[in-house]
Amino acid sequence: MENEIIAGFVQAINLIITLDPEVIRITILSLQISLTSTFLSALVSIPIGALIYYHEFFGKRFIINMIQTLYALPTVLAGLLLFLLLSNAGPLGFLGLLFTPQGMILAQMILVMPLIIGFTISALSGVDRDMKTIVNSLGATKFQSIMTLIREVKFAILAAVILGFGRAISEVGAAMIIGGNIRGGFGYSGTRVLTTAISLETSQGDFPLAIALGIILLGVAVLVNFGLNLVQEGSVWKNYTTS
Amino acid sequence: MSDTVISAESLAKKYGGTPVLDGVSFSVKNGEIFGLIGPSGSGKSTLIRLLDLLEMPSGGTLTILGQETRSSRARFDLRRRMGLLNQKPVIFAMSVHDNIALGMKYRGKSREEINSAVHDALRAIDLPGYGKRMARTLSGGEAQRVALARSIVTGPEILFLDEPTANLDPLSAEKIEELVLGINRDLGTTIVISTHDMLQGQKLAGRIGVILEGGIPQIGTTSEIFHRPATRKIARFVGVENIIPGTVTKSQGGEAAIALAVPGITVQAISEIEPGTHVTVIFRAEDVTIHLRDISGTSARNVFFGRITSMISSGPFVNVVVDCGLGITCLVTVSSAEELGLSFGKEVWISFKATAVHVIRETPDK
Repeated sequence: MENEIIAGFVQAINLIITLDPEVIRITILSLQISLTSTFLSALVSIPIGALIYYHEFFGKRFIINMIQTLYALPTVLAGLLLFLLLSNAGPLGFLGLLFTPQGMILAQMILVMPLIIGFTISALSGVDRDMKTIVNSLGATKFQSIMTLIREVKFAILAAVILGFGRAISEVGAAMIIGGNIRGGFGYSGTRVLTTAISLETSQGDFPLAIALGIILLGVAVLVNFGLNLVQEGSVWKNYTTS
Repeated sequence: MSDTVISAESLAKKYGGTPVLDGVSFSVKNGEIFGLIGPSGSGKSTLIRLLDLLEMPSGGTLTILGQETRSSRARFDLRRRMGLLNQKPVIFAMSVHDNIALGMKYRGKSREEINSAVHDALRAIDLPGYGKRMARTLSGGEAQRVALARSIVTGPEILFLDEPTANLDPLSAEKIEELVLGINRDLGTTIVISTHDMLQGQKLAGRIGVILEGGIPQIGTTSEIFHRPATRKIARFVGVENIIPGTVTKSQGGEAAIALAVPGITVQAISEIEPGTHVTVIFRAEDVTIHLRDISGTSARNVFFGRITSMISSGPFVNVVVDCGLGITCLVTVSSAEELGLSFGKEVWISFKATAVHVIRETPDK
């Protein structure tokens, strides 16, 4: 077993260095799906978060609690729910999204959106009351006021978006159920991504490929964390350093 | 344009059932500096937020620049004709230029218009060339000047200042005061300033409303408020040292004699309150003079003999308490205290004019 691991590592490095087409294809598809789902989530979630923050309505507290609960929504559960909706017999079956990258994007959005909505709300809630007063006193419309406050907490929101991407790229449950881990090739993208491929190769005993993909996934995680730190440092640096 | 720019009638504000303001009525004239003076927690900031239409009153009517302030459309339009400066400078995580430009951007002004206005504003607040700096790097005093510039580049007709210098060092505070006076003088902007600092009120405001416990019990010129406070509470708040209960014993031709609570001491005052009325006698320590000899018979109507029981220095002055049967506080300069050789236990005469005494109809236990 020990030899197998070491050999696996050596072969894995080899696969990465030689730019093995299968490894490249899976990596690119993973990044495409997760970046798209994160971007679309941010596009929808930041305004939703701002709207929830800005309005007082019955059940607001409850909705915020629900959103925060969804931070920890098990990915397989999200996959199951979406599967039921997208399957041929389901209400959204006509869209034909099951076992497609588009379907996977949708699944990841369900996982990422609560994070970005929730963190947008709490970032805006952290804004000083005096600041809101001054924005209003300066004659801002509701929209201008929200935009100014979002700009004020942009680093916190950006951090939430990066965190969302981390959740999207690393989840396996929903990608497996909705994507189906279909191998691509000959112009067909398939739905096999880093996590589902690792899962499959491990169960089939093809450790070198699994390890290679694992190293790449870890690399992406390191990059995400690096980016997060950069953002957090940037927020300090930008506010307090003379240009 | 009508002469009155703000008219408040029985304004009230409650937060969750707790009244913060109640029955506040006053008006502000076009082009004046109106001071709101009161201790912390008296409702000054709440009143300013109501006047700047940032919060809805719970009761009463408010007319700003001749318009009603109920509809949200009117409130928004009027808000764009007013400006606000807070106690704590609010600075956005942007450059100084962008901070000052914010209100103009909201109004959709052109880039050229904004650049020239911000350029002029930076000169006016004595921070030329600071435009590109990140505003969060400024000192407290500089930040407050930037916030002031931001509130006036939009050309407000009314400017609200909520304790604008409470967090600043004396030099920065003075700079803000100069700018405020300049804005009022050169631009004709009506200014409403709240402060707990009596001296600042005196320095800046033409008229003052005293705000105590959520109401405005007195409005007048600074001199009226300082020398003729309407109630004991106002007298105490504006720092009157001698507040003494008594009863009117004689009243004739506008002059009254008031027997103080201590037997044998009667004070002459200018008042038409009828004999038998319980009153409070109020006079300021700086209106009391100390003498080394008896000066009865001169123009001073109130002369008493006593012994010095306390001397406390405060800056260039000395607070001297003379026990004439009851303690009367006098304020003298350090140099005249030395000249007179005042010391603890020394016997002196004190005097004050009948015109320096203010009498209010009020019994002591309030």
